[in-house]
Amino acid sequence: MFLKIVWRNLWFKPLNTTLSVVLLAFSTGIISLLLLVQKQLETKFETDLKDIDLVVGAKGSPLQLVLSAVYHVDAPTGNINLLEAQKLMKGPLVKQAIPLSYGDSYQGYRILGTDTNYIHKYNAVAQNGRLFQRSLEVVLGANVAQKTGLAPGKTFKGTHGEAAEGETHDEHEYEVVGVLSSTNTILDNLIVTPLASVWEMHEHPEEHEEGTAEAHDHGHHHEGDGHDHEHEHEEEAIDSTREITAYLVKFRSPMGIMSLPRMINSGTTMQAAVPALEMNRLFHLMGLGITTLRLLAFSIMLISGFSVFIALYNRLKERKYELALLRSLGSSRFRLAALLLTEGIVLAILGLGLGLLLSRFGIWMINEQAGSDLRLTLTNHLISEELVLGAIVLGVGVLAALVPAIKAWRMNLSEALAS
Amino acid sequence: MLTTENVQFHYKGAKGFQFPDLHCAAGEILLVTGQSGCGKTTLLHLLAGILTADKGAIRIHDTDITGLSSAEKDQFRAKNIGLVYQKAHFLAALSVMDNLKLPGWLGHHSYPAKTITDLSDRLGVAHTLKKYPAQLSIGEQQRISIVRAVINQPGLLLADEPTSALDDQNCFEVYQLLREMAAQQGAALVIVTHDGRLKDKIENRVHLS
Repeated sequence: MFLKIVWRNLWFKPLNTTLSVVLLAFSTGIISLLLLVQKQLETKFETDLKDIDLVVGAKGSPLQLVLSAVYHVDAPTGNINLLEAQKLMKGPLVKQAIPLSYGDSYQGYRILGTDTNYIHKYNAVAQNGRLFQRSLEVVLGANVAQKTGLAPGKTFKGTHGEAAEGETHDEHEYEVVGVLSSTNTILDNLIVTPLASVWEMHEHPEEHEEGTAEAHDHGHHHEGDGHDHEHEHEEEAIDSTREITAYLVKFRSPMGIMSLPRMINSGTTMQAAVPALEMNRLFHLMGLGITTLRLLAFSIMLISGFSVFIALYNRLKERKYELALLRSLGSSRFRLAALLLTEGIVLAILGLGLGLLLSRFGIWMINEQAGSDLRLTLTNHLISEELVLGAIVLGVGVLAALVPAIKAWRMNLSEALAS
Repeated sequence: MLTTENVQFHYKGAKGFQFPDLHCAAGEILLVTGQSGCGKTTLLHLLAGILTADKGAIRIHDTDITGLSSAEKDQFRAKNIGLVYQKAHFLAALSVMDNLKLPGWLGHHSYPAKTITDLSDRLGVAHTLKKYPAQLSIGEQQRISIVRAVINQPGLLLADEPTSALDDQNCFEVYQLLREMAAQQGAALVIVTHDGRLKDKIENRVHLS
């Protein structure tokens, strides 16, 4: 009966109630969406950053280099000479250096030329099929396989550049040899192939023969002598004009990060960017925007709290006699106050629930529309910050209902009945 | 059923009231008359435990309600007193039926829905149960408020100007219904009014001046 009275009373003035709920829902929706996106972006960026101490690439914006080489969300800064870069990577400070070469895509998914170390780095295994061994063989990230429907045994033509509709490389076809296990990292959204494939794709027709031969050679190395991956490429890279896009470097000790970047940036035509630093800079910039949005959302929440207050307070005037009637029928003061407080709380719960639904819908929209651009899929899990948000919203509801509840508590019954 | 002794009351900063002693046995009707401002409603609120007397005793059954706390008075009222006002008020958001369930809910006294329909039927308003209070005529509203007042079978029925807002026809009918209900349930009925139409119908009268 108690809840029935609360519920009926709320919907007795449907416009007031709807306004309050909608305002609450929008503010919680926006805040929860911001929380979800920010938190997930940060963890996503951190897991993708795994073991990458330094990115070496062509000169340009260091942030662009990091975004393009680590997260694959930006165009590369340019190419670097493989031979020159390899010399640097031989130093004792470098534990592992993974070469990357890219520029082509398939249906918007980047085709990344690298070696198998890149795949091992993200702890991925060939879930279906096997890893690539020869030029023009590719393995697909878990998402790519799912979205494009490609499977081992199928072939496809790459597109030059990043756009889904671009000039295709008609002369060569990639062959899918495996699908990688899902890693929840950037790898899920990549198509991975040996470095040689990329070279072969972009060679001039007259060099074609040579490229193919060398690619086979590469495959042979891989299968045959079981060389350490890190040494594999230095042997094959005889051609001094060979280029790659970037190197992902892991140091043996923190000493590396002290000396190598400076050496590269001042002594070579390449640049070295520290991803952790660049990402911190990015988050700092993003943080300003997010803070502004959050402030905005909280002010909407304040307004909605005020709207709940006004709705309840105005109703209180109209309902003065009704409340007096309940008292005269034997209801205690406590029950009247509880009735009004519950109205505020129910409004808050409605707003909160709708807001969380809204933010989930927002996540769904982002995933649908921008998932492949951002190369990440956001999840819908309730995060701990949202519990705090829920508590805040409930607090707003209680606070807005508090004054009307106190007024009901202190109502002079005789006066109210006589008026 | 109801006896009062030497009841005095004053509002803050106003002159005090000294009320004559009242007596109303179960099944009896007491009419309290007087001009506006002579304390009729004040007396009724004292009897209902809505106001607390400065002095004196108000006994209902064997309980002196002047000694009860505010919360105890609320509960006592829920169980033992039925109130009818000049203008019937309801929870506008609830149906008439739900409004009639309120006394049971608040008085922790459950009665089957049949009791409500039977009573409403007897008062000729059974057809209004599914409507909302605002859809009822004033006469219907007053009848429903009588159903609400008697549904808990209180020992004391207090009516504050129950007929003043009604035309002659309805005035007479509402009075008849109140009387019948009180008689049937063996309740004491106290009517406070300035409505002259009721004067010659009730012998047991007290005039406030």
